Amino acid sequence: MTEHADASAEGEYVDCREAIHIIYHYLDGELTEDRRVEIQAHLDDCLPCLEAYDFEAELRMVIARKCREEVPDSLRMRIAQALDHEAEGHPGIPSF
Amino acid sequence: MADQAEFAELAMEHMPSLYSAALRMTRNPADAEDLVQETYLKAYRAFGSFQAGTNLKAWLYRILTNTFINAYRSRKRRPEQTELDDVEDLYLYRRLGGLEAAAAGRSAEEEVLDHFTETDVKEAVESLPEQFRMAVLLADVEGFSYKEIAEILDIPIGTVMSRLHRGRKALQKALFEFGVERGLVGDRGD
Repeated sequence: MTEHADASAEGEYVDCREAIHIIYHYLDGELTEDRRVEIQAHLDDCLPCLEAYDFEAELRMVIARKCREEVPDSLRMRIAQALDHEAEGHPGIPSF
Repeated sequence: MADQAEFAELAMEHMPSLYSAALRMTRNPADAEDLVQETYLKAYRAFGSFQAGTNLKAWLYRILTNTFINAYRSRKRRPEQTELDDVEDLYLYRRLGGLEAAAAGRSAEEEVLDHFTETDVKEAVESLPEQFRMAVLLADVEGFSYKEIAEILDIPIGTVMSRLHRGRKALQKALFEFGVERGLVGDRGD
């Protein structure tokens, strides 16, 4: 009995570890539908894993938001001019 | 001439994300500007080979990363290390006390994230070895799928996954170290 209980407890622990281990694949939307449903069910039932998931999701948004740059106007102009020049210098290019 | 007009109409809207990625890759504005300009010129010249209806943003990124790899990377001063120490899952969350806080019914870890400045986050991303940095940028900043990243970087999907796995952990470690340096988080030791 004791051995069985231990095995069961370990099984649940592995389940959390497993959920955490693939939490990024879940966040990435890259799991199969069956797997996604399994992880979703685990997160619905397991507050610590859900909190960890929320943190990872927030972290991802913070990273994406804080890595955004404004394009300098001078660069937009340079590129527009370079493309114009290209079009003038090589009139056949755009339709090859 | 229809193609040229179409190119400008379709491609210009991607400039902010291409420029952001170029800055993280080259780590300096002058090179980033040159890289983006070169990308647009190459894309313009090759636009005839772009298949309408396919993913233009991914196509532009492929040109950007190839141009970077071929031209700018050779300028780097020191060789990139290609391996990273493996750290555990949820590195940052654990260091911020997340699992214990969640068990105790409180969680302030997400607030700590707001205190990281743009410079902290950018420097943490830029501290990653190049191949990991590019995978993380494409996935976490630009939201490309594993398959798209595999095509952009011309590597197998398994390699995309392993670079993301290690790169993301290394990014969390770098962020934690910034947090400690700036006194945002206590050094909990190890």
